[in-house]
Amino acid sequence: MNGSSAHKRQVYMDHAATTPTHPDVLAAMLPYFTQEFGNPSSLYSIGREVRRAVEGARMQVAAALGAAPGEIFFCAGGTEADNWALKGAVSAQRGRGSHIITTAIEHHAVLHTCEYLEKQGFRVTYLPVDRYGLVDPDAVADAICDDTILISVMMANNVVGTIEPVEAIGEIAHRHGILFHTDAVQAIGHVPIDVEKMHIDLLSLSAHKFYGPKGIGALFVRDGVAIERFIHGGAQEKGQRAGTEYTPGIIGLGAAIERACRDIEGHAARLRRLRDRLIDGVLRTVPHSTLNGHPALRLPGNASMSFAGIDGEALLLMLDAEGIYGSTGSACSSASGEPSYVLTAMGVPPRRAGASLRLTLGELNTDEDVDYVLDVLPGIVERLRAMSPRPA
Amino acid sequence: MYNETVMDHFTNPRNVGVIEDADVVAETSSPGCGDITKIYLKIRDNRIADVKFQTLGCAAAIASSSMATELVKGKTLEEAWKLTRKDVADALGGLPEPKLHCSVLAEDAIRRAINQYRIDRGLAPW
Ligand SMILES: Cc1ncc(COP(=O)(O)O)c(C=O)c1O
Ligand code: FES
Repeated sequence: MNGSSAHKRQVYMDHAATTPTHPDVLAAMLPYFTQEFGNPSSLYSIGREVRRAVEGARMQVAAALGAAPGEIFFCAGGTEADNWALKGAVSAQRGRGSHIITTAIEHHAVLHTCEYLEKQGFRVTYLPVDRYGLVDPDAVADAICDDTILISVMMANNVVGTIEPVEAIGEIAHRHGILFHTDAVQAIGHVPIDVEKMHIDLLSLSAHKFYGPKGIGALFVRDGVAIERFIHGGAQEKGQRAGTEYTPGIIGLGAAIERACRDIEGHAARLRRLRDRLIDGVLRTVPHSTLNGHPALRLPGNASMSFAGIDGEALLLMLDAEGIYGSTGSACSSASGEPSYVLTAMGVPPRRAGASLRLTLGELNTDEDVDYVLDVLPGIVERLRAMSPRPA
Repeated sequence: MYNETVMDHFTNPRNVGVIEDADVVAETSSPGCGDITKIYLKIRDNRIADVKFQTLGCAAAIASSSMATELVKGKTLEEAWKLTRKDVADALGGLPEPKLHCSVLAEDAIRRAINQYRIDRGLAPW
């Protein structure tokens, strides 16, 4: 992505925070704000037309996951899907037990929900990860107790991009008859997903991470899995999540997921090539720089790196002044200046965690963008190190 | 998030660097974030003739060090001792609430340097 030549170059490398809605997706959505404004619950034809479109979007989401349309419930995004999955599953299972297993590196949407559930009397095990950010399936098996009712492990981490062994963990969960939830918000369009093969009971996704609109997502709930309804009211989403549907968003989600999952391998290969050029270039030209996360089991667009001797916020602001947009950890913690809890869980020493930079590439990025970052970044790190009493 | 003065002192910090023949050098680190500021002072006739700093820290920490060194340059040690983090934050036109603690690094490092200078000369620290 670049601004017109009259302007400073702009390079957006924060696709894990959010993505722009693709023009085709927007075009699919637009009629549902105006001509096709009907309420899908209405019986007359303009309502029925919209109902058909909503059900079409449900099929698109289901197809992307290897699920059935009846297993897809639309909601307001990744955070809501995570909240619903966890709260809904444990309330429905309360009679069976009160123990939840998750990991130390989940998104706050899962972690803060777990902390809330602890206050409600549930016990939560937060599994550690190794230095690559990987969860060990054996550790999941070892953590299972008689009263474990839910296992929640993300499919791919938002900070370091590590892809978790979800299939092996799902297999363990099912062998023990325990529900398995995965936060797949970062994985859609990057990792092929099959809820059958991966033994997934509940899966969260969010459209704005794959070139769809913000504020719309879905929860997959395996047929036969009981979860408590999330929003009480009308009969929408089978009464599980009441409220008049955000129809343009739902249509956008459907169009975006179909687009994102059409050619996952091709898309990933393109991103991986750019990403690897970026990582190799940075590690080669910037002394005392390290890659965070797994060398191979990582999201194709994720370049998460640390630079000794400097601070992450200072680095981000300097990059911003040059038109390069990245983040330190996740967007949610970028204002706090705290080292990422994900890096801390991976055993990255706090000082280095503070100087972490997450660049996440996406459809907007080109070879010229990578060249530009490789041009600018080493000099900025050098400038900050020149100010530092501990220049690595 | 930061105002223009802060951004100016962050992107063009004044007095950054090392004084090779400093009369005193002191360092302080924030217990919260681990960020570090190091202060070098050259003292003539009880006045700060020259001052330099190095900071490993956020933009607020760098800007505060830059502003604090500007404020104490040429001052007597007594005057420099009175510099507070609030003076620094005010001179910067304010810092965002979560970043107020960052301005303590400069104040603390300067006071440490002054006390070290006094101790080196057999005087009681302030
Ligand atoms: C892993 C993960 N889970 C959940 C979310 C929250 O999704 P949303 O922004 O749609 O609420 C995000 C992104 O912000 C994420 O990266
Ligand atoms: S966050 Fe450490 S000094 Fe600002």
